[in-house]
Amino acid sequence: MEVPVLKQGAVLIATFQAALSDADLKQLRSHLIEQVVRLRSRGVIVDVTAMDVMDSFASRTLREIAHMIRLRGAETVIVGIQPEVAFAMVQLGLTLEGVATALDLEEGLAYLNNRFENIA
Amino acid sequence: MRAAQDIPVAIRSDQDIVLARQKGRTLAVELGFSQGDATLIATAISELARNIVSYAGTGVITLRVLNSSSRKGIQVVAADEGPGILDIAQAMRDGFSTSGSLGLGLPGVRRLMDEFEIHSTDGKGTIVATKKWKS
Repeated sequence: MEVPVLKQGAVLIATFQAALSDADLKQLRSHLIEQVVRLRSRGVIVDVTAMDVMDSFASRTLREIAHMIRLRGAETVIVGIQPEVAFAMVQLGLTLEGVATALDLEEGLAYLNNRFENIA
Repeated sequence: MRAAQDIPVAIRSDQDIVLARQKGRTLAVELGFSQGDATLIATAISELARNIVSYAGTGVITLRVLNSSSRKGIQVVAADEGPGILDIAQAMRDGFSTSGSLGLGLPGVRRLMDEFEIHSTDGKGTIVATKKWKS
């Protein structure tokens, strides 16, 4: 499944779809890291607004993405976790600790701009 | 409870995890569950199906409509013929895993659903039966 990745300044914006399989998520992980390296991005926004289920695997993959990108010197923000998805995640004990989150795309960009002084 | 209401979903790969949870969500919404509860059910199905793929390889998730005079609900049964769980008490503790995953699967599923039962026979497989009632 193709996940659209948009470049805006030094920020990459990846929009996740609803029905991502484990294989899709793994592929996305490598694709995003590759893009961050190739484009010398400073920030990545992962928009999960459309995701209707965030289970342990998806949550772990998002953490891995964020941590790998941090090792590249860039910052990741997860945006758009739906309220009911957040509730289910907490019940499962999935807290995405150590990963920045924001309400939506706009807030995510604001967070990165604030952190890197207007990169996007 | 009529067998005709059973919806079996064969779990053989990670694609089937997505399929099973989509079917579960659709059924939950059809039964009148809220979007929030449908999300909890879909998430529980995702974890149960994931356990099948990770530990047993293949298995079946069966969705069943529970329709008594007093209340409506949905039953999700995950059955496999995998190695079984030797120590269920240990598997039900948060943080325990034998496959290098997060190990939150089963206790998490128990929190997502209203009723939770597990039977496992060493070398013969595992059955996890869960229910969620419409509030």
